[in-house]
Amino acid sequence: FFQYCLSGHPTLPCNVLKFKSTTIMLDCGLDMTSTLSFLPLPLVQSPRLSKLPGWVLKDGSTFLDKELKECSGHVFVDSVPEFCLPETELLDLSTVDVILISNYHCMMALPYITEYTGFTGTVYATEPTVQIGRLLMEELVNSIERVPKAQSASMWKNKEVQRLLPAPLKDAVEVSMWRKCYTMPEVNAALSKIQLVGYSQKIELFGAVQVTPLSSGYALGSSNWIIQSHYEKVSYVSGSSLLTTHPQPMDQASLKNSDVLILTGLTQIPTANPDGMVGEFCSNLAMTVRNGGNVLVPCYPSGVIYDLLECLYQYIDSAGLSNVPFYFISPVANSSLEFSQIFAEWLCHNKQTKVYLPEPPFPHAELIQTNKLKHYPSIHGDFSNDFKQPCVVFTGHPSLRFGDVVHFMELWGKSSLNTVIFTEPDFSYLDALAPYQPLAMKCVYCPIDTRLNFIQVSKLLKEVQPLHVVCPEQYTQPPPTQSHRTDLMVDCQPPAMSYRRAEVLTLPYKRRYEKIEIMPDLADSLVPLEIKPGISLATVSAVLHTKDNKHVLQLPPKPPQPPASKKRKRVSDDVPECKSLKPLLSGSIPMDQFVQTLEKHGFSDVKVEDTAKGHIVLLQEAETLIQLEEDSTHIICDNDEPLRVKLRDLVLKFLQKF
Amino acid sequence: MPEIKVTPLGAGQDVGRSCILVSIAGKNVMLDCGMHMGYNDDRRFPDFSYITQNGRLTDFLDCVIISHFHLDHCGALPYFSEMVGYDGPIYMTHPTKAICPILLEDYRKITVDKKGETNFFTSQMIKDCMKKVVAVHLHQTVQVDEELEIKAYYAGHVLGAAMFQIKVGCESVVYTGDYNMTPDRHLGAAWIDKCRPDLLISESTYATTIRDSKRCRERDFLKKVHETVERGGKVLIPVFALGRAQELCILLETFWERMNLKAPIYFSTGLTEKANHYYKLFITWTNQKIRKTFVQRNMFEFKHIKAFDRAFADNPGPMVVFATPGMLHAGQSLQIFRKWAGNEKNMVIMPGYCVQGTVGHKILSGQRKLEMEGRQILEVKMQVEYMSFSAHADAKGIMQLIRQAEPRNVLLVHGEAKKMEFLKQKIEQEFHVSCYMPANGETTTILTNPCIPVDISLGLLKREAAIGPLPDAKKPKLMHGTLLMKDNSFRLVSPEQALKELGLAEHQLRFTCRVHIQDPRKEHETVLRVYNHLKGILKDYSVQHLPDGSITVESILIQATAHSEDQGTKVLLVSWTYQDEELGSYLTSLLKKGLPQST
Repeated sequence: FFQYCLSGHPTLPCNVLKFKSTTIMLDCGLDMTSTLSFLPLPLVQSPRLSKLPGWVLKDGSTFLDKELKECSGHVFVDSVPEFCLPETELLDLSTVDVILISNYHCMMALPYITEYTGFTGTVYATEPTVQIGRLLMEELVNSIERVPKAQSASMWKNKEVQRLLPAPLKDAVEVSMWRKCYTMPEVNAALSKIQLVGYSQKIELFGAVQVTPLSSGYALGSSNWIIQSHYEKVSYVSGSSLLTTHPQPMDQASLKNSDVLILTGLTQIPTANPDGMVGEFCSNLAMTVRNGGNVLVPCYPSGVIYDLLECLYQYIDSAGLSNVPFYFISPVANSSLEFSQIFAEWLCHNKQTKVYLPEPPFPHAELIQTNKLKHYPSIHGDFSNDFKQPCVVFTGHPSLRFGDVVHFMELWGKSSLNTVIFTEPDFSYLDALAPYQPLAMKCVYCPIDTRLNFIQVSKLLKEVQPLHVVCPEQYTQPPPTQSHRTDLMVDCQPPAMSYRRAEVLTLPYKRRYEKIEIMPDLADSLVPLEIKPGISLATVSAVLHTKDNKHVLQLPPKPPQPPASKKRKRVSDDVPECKSLKPLLSGSIPMDQFVQTLEKHGFSDVKVEDTAKGHIVLLQEAETLIQLEEDSTHIICDNDEPLRVKLRDLVLKFLQKF
Repeated sequence: MPEIKVTPLGAGQDVGRSCILVSIAGKNVMLDCGMHMGYNDDRRFPDFSYITQNGRLTDFLDCVIISHFHLDHCGALPYFSEMVGYDGPIYMTHPTKAICPILLEDYRKITVDKKGETNFFTSQMIKDCMKKVVAVHLHQTVQVDEELEIKAYYAGHVLGAAMFQIKVGCESVVYTGDYNMTPDRHLGAAWIDKCRPDLLISESTYATTIRDSKRCRERDFLKKVHETVERGGKVLIPVFALGRAQELCILLETFWERMNLKAPIYFSTGLTEKANHYYKLFITWTNQKIRKTFVQRNMFEFKHIKAFDRAFADNPGPMVVFATPGMLHAGQSLQIFRKWAGNEKNMVIMPGYCVQGTVGHKILSGQRKLEMEGRQILEVKMQVEYMSFSAHADAKGIMQLIRQAEPRNVLLVHGEAKKMEFLKQKIEQEFHVSCYMPANGETTTILTNPCIPVDISLGLLKREAAIGPLPDAKKPKLMHGTLLMKDNSFRLVSPEQALKELGLAEHQLRFTCRVHIQDPRKEHETVLRVYNHLKGILKDYSVQHLPDGSITVESILIQATAHSEDQGTKVLLVSWTYQDEELGSYLTSLLKKGLPQST
């Protein structure tokens, strides 16, 4: 049982589990923090970004000035943004049998895996995960393909060159694994390999392993996975939440009795309280708008945005914001809003109840109906006609490197009336803002990460009591910036086993049993014997059949009738076929009863002698000696087979067979 | 031998008040809890007193499962749970849970408010009943208790309709509810995996019908509607608010658009708009095409179909009206029918099955003079058409489902006895499985033969596996183990481990046989001859000559001594344990035959 760790990012995991005879990939997250090293992709010609000076080395050499540009005191790569892929060399990914997806954020590397590695297996995910995952991918591809970039820089990645670059480029890791974005045909091909599953659905893999998704409470359709055989159970906990937001609550009970619990996707902002952050978000938004400024909210097209819109729905009237337009701009804005309303079964109880009325589960339906919320595929087209300021704009991408958000940063960045509010926790907001400095606009950081914090984790672990915990190394020590906060780490007994990128872990457990089925006719033929009160046993001699990793015991066939022809047999024909096993024996032989039995069977000259350890029974006429001891019986006789067999059977009557 | 018992309380050789009791491995499950549309007296509900004479239903039943929201499958539920008294879990899918209470309330209103019956369930009872409902996802394995699990499969019949697998250990039953094996304009086709249940309980509404292709039926339907409207006639289509109605609306909507028709289409109010809303919110339960395009265009937002007002019925000129209920047994559809029946220009199209006793059934069986309330005679001059749009599997579909699931037995419900008989024969012929069709109150017992799952120690299994595949498949390898049975747990372990776990010592049984051989040579020479002899014959065994002068064959020890009296005779002592019994016995008889003449 091994775990191959292909990603070093704790919230964008990619692990491969070798479990029994199956190879299971758990998530395939795509690390997009790499895009922060690139220049933003402007939607409209930006004089500022197009006139940046090329970067010159200290020694004056200019061979990199096409690839690297200096902007706001930092150096950026001027190229199509690239993403950091999971490790592809640690094991042959074409041997992966299945991929289990836990939520839509953790599947963004899927096309790279399914389309480039010779993968031929099946991907399992819930329907909301697939639908929303598709939207995220569509938005990503769209926002990158919209801004064709002539060049893709590669020279700077050379190890010798990278060494000479300023930080953070110098310290960028795994640059050789950085790849350009996939295309829509690749997305479609990857998604076509997904099989839809529902919570608590038991999926059999090759008869050997059963996998089951469980609600994880973090996002629409998000799941944890149980990977189990009859005797061992691995729980994969990835991106779970105990807060009551829109998704169905987390199923904790089913995680109990795990041999190993793999823990990933905890909150990235362990010190922030999501509720407090939402409050701050609302008040900052209101303040800016009241002062006549615009609010920009860089965000993903699904997830927390639903909760933010719901909060605003309750907040805007009381805050006097009823006339302020809210714009949601994304190529998938409409789809995201529509899809959110049709997954009733994946929602929390309150929202489900609304659907029974029937009413749309999310109030953004009403915001749209009353024209308070408008959505557009992009800033081009209808939006430019409808656009009124001051306003609130929700748009992507949260990295600020591509998507419509780039336009609003350029447009509103120079005025201190405006505010950008960061709610997504995936990117450092200072790094995201770096190419836009100096900035007059206000920046507010309200990261909302509803995933488990360390207090919730220790409570959870106490509750479900796994034998072993496995987690990324980042969780086994306090955050580097807060090294005194020993409460910000996973605390459990025995201590968690940690992993890092490109490491192979041996998981600690030992199987002792396997399931086997006894066919009914064989079961009927068994003769159980009560050996101790409450414990019975039966000896089983049966034929073992193994097919598709399932074992069945059948009644042995009746021995074939000896052939009627009386051909002379060769001596060797009689040699016993196989080393057929006789049962073990146990018990002891009561002296007096044994002698009586012998006499009953016609031995009239039985003589008994006592020895140090037992008795010797003599059958004088037959010149036979039977040594009886506590745990052994020895029959010594002449070569008289009928006699020996008779004595053998008499002895066996007193013994238990095993 | 374990058995599964099935007793229909309703839907046994009948359509209506579906309610089937199943006992499987000590668990009792009630499948559906429907009402009968053909009766207005006690017979409209299943006879629940059959379940238990004295004692609470909750103690006897482990759970109740509702397959879909049609009243003949859930109409008796509030009566059952609130008036008779049941507090256990009731399982149904999310759409069923959403829609079921609305239809129940509608049913209650018609019965109590319009017909003035008393002693019927109240609105509050419907609410209390629904509180006992647990919603299930498709394919989710729901653990009702430690042993009993259920799983829903898509059935396609109406929004949220499901087939249910009920499983205890190795034994299982699948109940289809009502299902449809061909996708239609708004729903997908029923699907089940090869789950090989001991028993498949299938509906058989269309046991003898093989329906022509859906496309032909749709064309026919459109043609008839179109012709009637063209000649200025009125078309009445009695439907149930949810299900067929939506399919036919989609059909007419697209036809009207294509042909640019102007005649108004109405849908009797009440449930309509709400119903369409359910379809929008539960779009994941509709067919692939609708799901794919819903963001661009929601198929359940109709342009041409408007809400109906009672006064419209007397308007002159052509129109098409969808009105509830579907079997013309009460309500608006019956009112409109009475108004329009006298005019031969008009047409009524019955798009679904009608239960015996309903007006729908009477006109479909050719009756043209109907006795209405107050001895009034209604003469039916309008054209009566029947189009099988109800989404039940036809004979072909039922056979297809059996092929998919591979059950060991089949039991038919929800159909007419004569038609069932025909299908039963067909099933038995084609699949060679037993097929049953009990009447209401009649119990069918099916013997099952479940395997017994036990835990085998990995050591024992590996020991067997290590021996590898057999060279000769005809001589199967025997595996020996000891089955330990303790408080219902079964473990198969090696005999050694069994002894150890029970704290028992092994009792060694050993035999030593004296074999006399005539051989004048020296002892060690005799031994050598014996060794060569054995080595020659026992090619598959390990035969060794040890330095101390003894011979071993596997673990059998052979020693030679001179006879105390006769130097020409040697005594071979052959010693083996009981575990080597066969080989030991063979060796003594072999040696007794003497040694071959040395050459």
